Amino acid sequence: MASTAAKSHPYHMVDPSPWPALGTLSALTLAIGGIWYMHGGPLWGVAPGFLLLFATFYFWWRDVVRESRAGVFHTEAVNHGLRVGFLLFIASEVMFFFAFFWAFFNASAPLINSAAHVKWPPEGIVPFYAWGLPFLNTLILLTSGATVTVAHHAFRLGDREKMVFWTGVTVVLGAIFLACQAFEYSHAAFGFKDGIYPSTFFMATGFHGFHVFVGTCFLLVCFLRARRGDFTPNKHVGFEAAAWYWHFVDVVWLFLFVVIYLWGSMGFTGTYGH
Amino acid sequence: MAHGAAVAHGEHEHHPTGWKRWVYSTNHKDIGTMYIVLSMIAALVGGLMSWAIRLELAEPGIQFIHDTHFYNVLVTAHGFIMVFFVVMPAMIGGFGNWFVPLMIGAPDMAFPRMNNISFWLTAAGFILLMLSAVVGEGPGTGWTVYPPLSSIAFHPGPSVDFGILALHVAGAGSILGAINFIVTIFNMRAPGMTMHRMPLFVWSILVTAFLLLLALPVLAGALTMLLTDRNFGTHFYEVAGGGDPLLWQHLFWFFGHPEVYIIILPAFGIISQIVSTFAKKPVFGYLGMAYAMVSIGVVGFVVWAHHMFMTGIGVNARAYFTVATLIIAVPTGIKIFSWLATMWGGSIEFKAPMLYAMGFIWLFVMGGVTGVVLANGGIDTAFHDTYYVVAHFHYVMAIAAIFAMFGAWYYWIGKMTGRQYPEGLARVQFWVFFIGVNVLFFPQHFLGLAGMPRRIPDYPDVYAGWNFVSSIGAAITMAGTLLFYYVVFHTLASGRKAASNPWGEGATTLEWTVPSPAPFHTHEEMPVIAGGGHGHSHGHGMPRPAE
Ligand code: HEM
Ligand SMILES: [Cu+2]
Repeated sequence: MASTAAKSHPYHMVDPSPWPALGTLSALTLAIGGIWYMHGGPLWGVAPGFLLLFATFYFWWRDVVRESRAGVFHTEAVNHGLRVGFLLFIASEVMFFFAFFWAFFNASAPLINSAAHVKWPPEGIVPFYAWGLPFLNTLILLTSGATVTVAHHAFRLGDREKMVFWTGVTVVLGAIFLACQAFEYSHAAFGFKDGIYPSTFFMATGFHGFHVFVGTCFLLVCFLRARRGDFTPNKHVGFEAAAWYWHFVDVVWLFLFVVIYLWGSMGFTGTYGH
Repeated sequence: MAHGAAVAHGEHEHHPTGWKRWVYSTNHKDIGTMYIVLSMIAALVGGLMSWAIRLELAEPGIQFIHDTHFYNVLVTAHGFIMVFFVVMPAMIGGFGNWFVPLMIGAPDMAFPRMNNISFWLTAAGFILLMLSAVVGEGPGTGWTVYPPLSSIAFHPGPSVDFGILALHVAGAGSILGAINFIVTIFNMRAPGMTMHRMPLFVWSILVTAFLLLLALPVLAGALTMLLTDRNFGTHFYEVAGGGDPLLWQHLFWFFGHPEVYIIILPAFGIISQIVSTFAKKPVFGYLGMAYAMVSIGVVGFVVWAHHMFMTGIGVNARAYFTVATLIIAVPTGIKIFSWLATMWGGSIEFKAPMLYAMGFIWLFVMGGVTGVVLANGGIDTAFHDTYYVVAHFHYVMAIAAIFAMFGAWYYWIGKMTGRQYPEGLARVQFWVFFIGVNVLFFPQHFLGLAGMPRRIPDYPDVYAGWNFVSSIGAAITMAGTLLFYYVVFHTLASGRKAASNPWGEGATTLEWTVPSPAPFHTHEEMPVIAGGGHGHSHGHGMPRPAE
């Protein structure tokens, strides 16, 4: 590789790229379109922003994949940096959910906040029965955490077929989870605007669901890349990142299940509708 | 693009020129320069706003801002612009980008393309913030955006939403930038550049990046809930729906207190470099200095409710937050005394950067002392929301940070542009600015002690005297600021050529081993750092290039 001749370090000096500027343009467009929509504009106002955003994702990550496939840029040092960077990204995501859990406890736990609701769920709210669909979703997500790990181990041992298969299974489980959540939402006994209970419930579980969606897409891309043969047993950072992300999503769900579904419905004294 | 990358970099002249060089940039120096330019533009806007505020406050009665909501908009925009679009871009994005890779011997940042979007998102945030002031009624919420004032009932227009998204977008850029700095520092240090040999500026950026990484997402969460409260019918902060406006205050200050360290930690790092250079001594107590920053960063996460003493939190909580806040004075004291000890017995040269470093220490000690006062929940009962607070935070954070930025600019401009600033003029600029800010902010202590509230465009006649003095100070400060822009212009237009190391034996960090201006690519041959002490690149002799 010619570019390696001039340098004596293992790092990747990335070529200039238009995608960061395009990404910024999409953020601006999306923000303005979104505000227009929120203040009476049409929903399609957000469409241009989303289109640009998806274009950015596509082209940017296409370049990253190409650079990876070129073989020379992603040295061990660069891969190490990518891994550390991704873990840091997950750390920031954890802090994002931290805010929503804070909102939940602030409203529901008099032990923490003396002004919290003494009765939780508040009067008139019929929560979900935790050991029904939410528990099923817990099992689905835990299973998917196991299948993605099976895929990872298989690949370490060099078994690509098996890896592709179990990654595919994980993607399917992610999709089932999302379908269950959609079903759950559409059968909620409380409306989105019915006060603080639905606010905390939908915000926390909704953002989690969005993360499941992102993680599923991420794994799907890894599935396709694995089939194409992009990964080798000791070089598959993209897959590792997707797996880590998936475990993160998994752990957040466990907290949601225990805290919001289980503990958060313990004060419920009425009868469940269904 | 990837296939483009397959072409030889060879002698590197294949990087784009013209506007593409900047818009498509993946070069830490160019990106750093763009950050500094953005900061200088935003500083003019934010500075003009503060100038307008001080003009209004020069005398009792309404002078020219008849719409008092507009006064609030000015105060809000001034605070936001200064914090998010002047100080942070210059210190972290600007000097951090330029000098972290140079100081640790790395060829660039870890993720050069992501580095670029960090900058552009910051610029987009600035645009959205400017839009917030001109579309609709303008946000008159203060930079703290407390509901219910910021709720849809009291700000029905799109302004607050623009503000929210401005912070979202700029915050996303900062989080990505934080990841970039941490990975660069952990993963790209030259051979021999151990953590305990890193210059203190690099340490300061490392700690700052962790604060950004962990604090900004909490703000993002809080902002998201404000956005949905305003527009989608949730009730997080709405009492009517069982929500709690104090939730916002907790989340905001859980971010906000680390935010003030995000602003001041890079300043600590800059001051350490400057003091050691011009005292011609290694920093006294290097390890103590590094870990003082780490402990300030950690403890900074558990003191947030000292901003909420007056909200009715319990007496135990007030006792805890008082004590926890006072504890931060310990590592902070370590820093002050180590700077003094570094100067002690040194042969000090009073060049412009050093003047600014010493000015910084004065300001920071002043603001620190009033900070210790305000940390007491009991005393804050009287001082909360008065001009005493305004004086305190401008000393300790705002103006102190500006001093570090000016100091850094004088210190590094030769390296960045190859041109040295005019020393005599720079010293004049320092004294004008130093006198200006003290005349501006010192009297505000007295106003606060006498009970004058902040965020108010008019006041009783008793406060007239010191307000007038303060506004005179603002005029001097403005003159000093404009003089600075003139110095910048003068330096770029006709500054004399800078040597690769203009400061002599005191300047021991790696950036002084490369030519001035620093070439487009540096450390393509990673330097090897030999033996020796802490915090400077050489023990006995300059670093030698790798074999
Ligand atoms: C350059 C000279 C500066 C002047 C003359 C100035 C002046 C002022 C004035 C008059 C206020 C309004 C006080 C009130 O009405 O309550 C204010 C508020 C504020 N300033 Fe500055 N300032 C300066 C620099 C800075 C810098 C560099 C920063 C930040 C890094 C900063 C951050 C703030 C903040 C956060 C507020 C509070 C805004 C609010 O109440 O929401 N200022 N400043
Ligand atoms: Cu604080």
